[in-house]
Amino acid sequence: MKVQKALFAVVLLVSFGPIVAGEAGEPVTIRVGSKTFTESVILGEMIKHLAASTGHRTYHRRELGGTRVLWNALLAGEIDVYPEYTGTLMQEILVHEGLRTEAALRRALAERGLRMTQSLGFNNTYAIGVKEELGERLGLRTVSDLKEHPDLVLGFGNEFMDRADGWPGLRRRYQLPHQNVRGLDHDLAYRGIESGTLHVTDLYATDAEIAYYKLRALEDDLNYFPVYNAVILYRAELEEHAPETVALLRRLAGRIDAPAMSALNARVKLGGEAEATVAADFLEKNLGIETELRMHTAWERFWRHTRDHLLLVVVSLSAAIIVSIPLGIAAARRPRFGHLILGVTGIIQTIPSLALFVFMIPLLGIGGPPAVVALFLYSLLPIVRNTHAGLNDIPAAICESAEVLGLPRGAQLRLIELPLSTRAILAGIKTSAVINVGTATLAALIGAGGYGQPILTGIRLDDIGLILQGAVPAAVLALLVQGLFELVERGLLPKGLRLGTKSNS
Amino acid sequence: MLELKGVSKRYKHVQALAPTDLSVAAAETTVLIGPSGCGKSTLLRLITGLIRSDTGNIVVEGIRLAPDNLTALRRRMGYVIQEGGLFPHLSVRRNVALMAHYLGWSTTRIEARLLELTELVRLPPTLLDRYPAELSGGQRQRVSLMRALMLDPHLLLLDEPLGALDPMIRYELQQELKAIFDKLGKTVVMVTHDIAEAAFFGHTLVLMREGRIVQQGSVRQLAQSPAEPFVERFITAQRGPMQQLNEALS
Repeated sequence: MKVQKALFAVVLLVSFGPIVAGEAGEPVTIRVGSKTFTESVILGEMIKHLAASTGHRTYHRRELGGTRVLWNALLAGEIDVYPEYTGTLMQEILVHEGLRTEAALRRALAERGLRMTQSLGFNNTYAIGVKEELGERLGLRTVSDLKEHPDLVLGFGNEFMDRADGWPGLRRRYQLPHQNVRGLDHDLAYRGIESGTLHVTDLYATDAEIAYYKLRALEDDLNYFPVYNAVILYRAELEEHAPETVALLRRLAGRIDAPAMSALNARVKLGGEAEATVAADFLEKNLGIETELRMHTAWERFWRHTRDHLLLVVVSLSAAIIVSIPLGIAAARRPRFGHLILGVTGIIQTIPSLALFVFMIPLLGIGGPPAVVALFLYSLLPIVRNTHAGLNDIPAAICESAEVLGLPRGAQLRLIELPLSTRAILAGIKTSAVINVGTATLAALIGAGGYGQPILTGIRLDDIGLILQGAVPAAVLALLVQGLFELVERGLLPKGLRLGTKSNS
Repeated sequence: MLELKGVSKRYKHVQALAPTDLSVAAAETTVLIGPSGCGKSTLLRLITGLIRSDTGNIVVEGIRLAPDNLTALRRRMGYVIQEGGLFPHLSVRRNVALMAHYLGWSTTRIEARLLELTELVRLPPTLLDRYPAELSGGQRQRVSLMRALMLDPHLLLLDEPLGALDPMIRYELQQELKAIFDKLGKTVVMVTHDIAEAAFFGHTLVLMREGRIVQQGSVRQLAQSPAEPFVERFITAQRGPMQQLNEALS
């Protein structure tokens, strides 16, 4: 691993030698983050290219699940830089500080060891949109016009639905009477609008879909939405470790106007180009920075996702097996303790998986470790419960026979009880394995990669093929893991027990 | 050989066994008999240590049963229950030799002992590699007896060993079991609810009712001088069907 990294650094130094020119100091690794929407990913790619062009190692954790995840990751130093919007910072993340000006915002960020660039050049504020023809038919021009049509179905992106500066505030400001309001994925909202199941949704001003889906942005006649200037947010120490990179990030300020950003978004979302390519083209044309693009082939990506996914599943499931079986045994031996264990593992199971992933971030940061811990916790209950049930289902006569033979407690467990529970325990492991493989697709939201990555990207780009690239291998992997444990069962299940089922059936 | 002094057991609201004294003579067969719920199985399970008595002492070959010597004492007991209690995941050979394996007996010693026992209980040695699910009820009880005898225990405890068998096989096994007891000269404590079986096996019968020993003695003593009316009723009740059979045949 070390050797590989060093080699990589050497290659970088050679290829970017002239730019580094000796004065840049030690190359550091600059970790870039981005949110789960296209614009953020494109900006993330630009930041990555810029950092790489100054000779640093870069890593882009794409499509992290939401603003909070990125903000916390940045505060914790899990990432160094990510694209953000001033409105989000002032109205959502730091809303309790009551910041009014950009200068106040800069001070608040500085207190946290963070810096931000000047506006990149566009204001990606929210807008409220309807289909052009619906707007025409109902005569909708402004957000206030919605009041006259309380039966319209409203569907908003999950973030907009929940944030203080989103739907709750909008409803209050405009006194909107609508009852039928749903939260859903922002990209899915467009499809709902297209199919007519939704009438009104939130838009981002630079969304490529506004033109594509023929949407009408309603005028914010009460000036509800704040300004969402795009900026790059980074940790202050980057100015020491990588001053040339920071200088380049600052050069990006003011270079991207709203039509330009909209066009970049369209190239990715509607034109199907890779974010990396689009970002590189833009940097070359506007900043004259050439980027050596190394595009990964579909197979390379597939192997990387497979490797990430397998690692998550193998580590978390193995740990769960090692911990759950003794817990199940303890639960069977001591009924009161058993209630406690089954209760606690049961409660863990009821925590929504995304929430559990996000809970892990303050403790373990983003990426693989928190995902492994969350998956581990999810895998406990089926194995604990089945081990417990398997041991309790052994007829009393058999346990007593073993006891009166004079076998010590440990030997009774090892020679009699566990072999007789083999089928139940393995059934629990199989259940856990399938849940684990499926839930691991959500781990991409906290930067752990795996098959969830193409699924996330596919949802974002409305690309069914890409979604299937993640969903199909995940399903196949679930079947394979289950098949593997079927084989293990064939090897482990004592012959006498197989006879038992035959004669019973 | 086996002494119980003031042994009692209570489950919440039921006195399963009132304080009881019992002395079991060595090399004899003592049969615990009585209606369901009389405490005969409780008494046997107390001797095996599967349940712990609330009061009193149980002394096996001069050693008082206690948690710390239970495992050692159990290796001097053989225990057979109604359904055999065989381990379904182990072959006959492994079932019988499980404890000997655990104690580290050599393979030759184990094999020799297995052969001896198959002859004793008249089990075809070809069945040694079968699994319990592949055996008949009678064969299972033979294997269960082999397992109980493997370590050559001094005390043999049987809880309704023939209770689940159909009458023909039961009769056949009764004869064989009696022959085996006579041949081995072990101290046997057997639980049954069948007076004919008790009379057939027992040197001493211990008749129990509602957690107490009502009378103790040979079947002749019980029949001729019953300690209370219950003894007479118990014996007559079981005699009835035999008489009906005899009348029908004559």
